[in-house]
Amino acid sequence: MVTATGGLDTALRAHSTDHAWQVAATVTDPEIPVLTIEDLGVLRTVEVADDGAVHVELTPTYSGCPAMDAMRDDVVLALTHAGYDEVRVDLVLAPAWTTDWMTDAGKQKLRRYGIQAPTGLAAARGAGPVRVQLAVKCPRCDSLDTREIARFGSTSCKALYECRACLEPFDYFKVI
Amino acid sequence: MSGADLDPHGEVSVDRLALAEELAGAGAGEGAVASEDAAEYALRLGDDALVLAQQLGMWITRAPELEEDIALGNIGLDLIGHARSLLHYAGSATGRSEDELAYWRDEPEWRNAWLFEQPNGDFACTIARQLVASLYLFELYSALADSTDPTLAAIAAKSVKEVDYHRDHSTQWVLRLAGGTEESRRRMIRGVEVTWPYVDELFADDELTERLAADGVAVLPSTLRPAFESAVDEVFAEAALERPTGRTAYTASGGGRRGSHTEHLGPLLAEMQVLARQHPGASW
Ligand SMILES: [Zn+2]
Repeated sequence: MVTATGGLDTALRAHSTDHAWQVAATVTDPEIPVLTIEDLGVLRTVEVADDGAVHVELTPTYSGCPAMDAMRDDVVLALTHAGYDEVRVDLVLAPAWTTDWMTDAGKQKLRRYGIQAPTGLAAARGAGPVRVQLAVKCPRCDSLDTREIARFGSTSCKALYECRACLEPFDYFKVI
Repeated sequence: MSGADLDPHGEVSVDRLALAEELAGAGAGEGAVASEDAAEYALRLGDDALVLAQQLGMWITRAPELEEDIALGNIGLDLIGHARSLLHYAGSATGRSEDELAYWRDEPEWRNAWLFEQPNGDFACTIARQLVASLYLFELYSALADSTDPTLAAIAAKSVKEVDYHRDHSTQWVLRLAGGTEESRRRMIRGVEVTWPYVDELFADDELTERLAADGVAVLPSTLRPAFESAVDEVFAEAALERPTGRTAYTASGGGRRGSHTEHLGPLLAEMQVLARQHPGASW
């Protein structure tokens, strides 16, 4: 049986869990500052316990991504500033992060920032070692006449491309 | 960021403990602790990744083009990420941190296979080693993602996605070097020849892997070989290269898994460990 008091507690907790999520979701990627950790799909869960302690789970984009430490510290800071005294952030590996979790809003922001968003789903990457790379659209002029210069760009998550129409180089956020 | 009074290095360990706890499921309390056997297995895989990462880091500023400095550096960074997770788990059995394992073990305590400690050589040698390493690790992590050990399964499922791109990278370079100039083709063929004697060791079973495989914790190395070889054949068919046969550096009585190493590991460890040993406990 749910008592009236218990129901109220649950409602308040849900409210502050919502609020805590919104606070945590303001944290951005230090290397791509237009994207929040929510846009990236890095923010997985936020829970507020009865005693007000917040438990956040983040999942790393890449295993060696040096931005993870900064994102985790920023989540602690943001929630502390919002009045949550006890904040614990865990990094979880499973299920493994995929670019499929990037939000549509995030993809749009990425393109406006000059980085082409992941094109296609992770499952469509194919299995064999020798395979064909789909054409990647230039985020500046939308031309498909582009060329990959390096599979690994400025960070593990990006490849470096050049556009043969507008002659500008651009980063492509790889599907993973 | 400012104002955080967190020791950035110390934070990592705390965090990784929490990670292990998470993977062990709710209520585990003390984090996932590896069994003695699983710890030894994780040490093997972690050492493979860390030694290879150290080798690739040496290419930064020395690769044939700037983009390649960055590519090899980023691949090394992925491998360091895998090594950290694996060594953290390996250390959970004996209460040692990932840093203690990386910086305070001497050569006979390292468990990496010989392939990973072989010198970078010229760029084609490094690419040949990368091809073998990435095709092997792809098959290994694909299979290990189904491990009955939830920590190993999670690390493998994460790592395989990244290794898939390492496989792309090495494959593209093998095709380019083998199909490029006479000189690049000659070097690619030589790179394959000097690398191949180290392939057998990767697929050698021993008591440890047999025990662990029986429980579904580890993957029996020999079972990975057919898929590895068909992936190699696919690349080599495209590159008009032949898979060498016969010569092997591996003997059942030795090898890196037992802590016996070639003359190349010592200098590599000396360079990797010197700073941590000169300034024990330092953080930066
Ligand atoms: Zn363009």
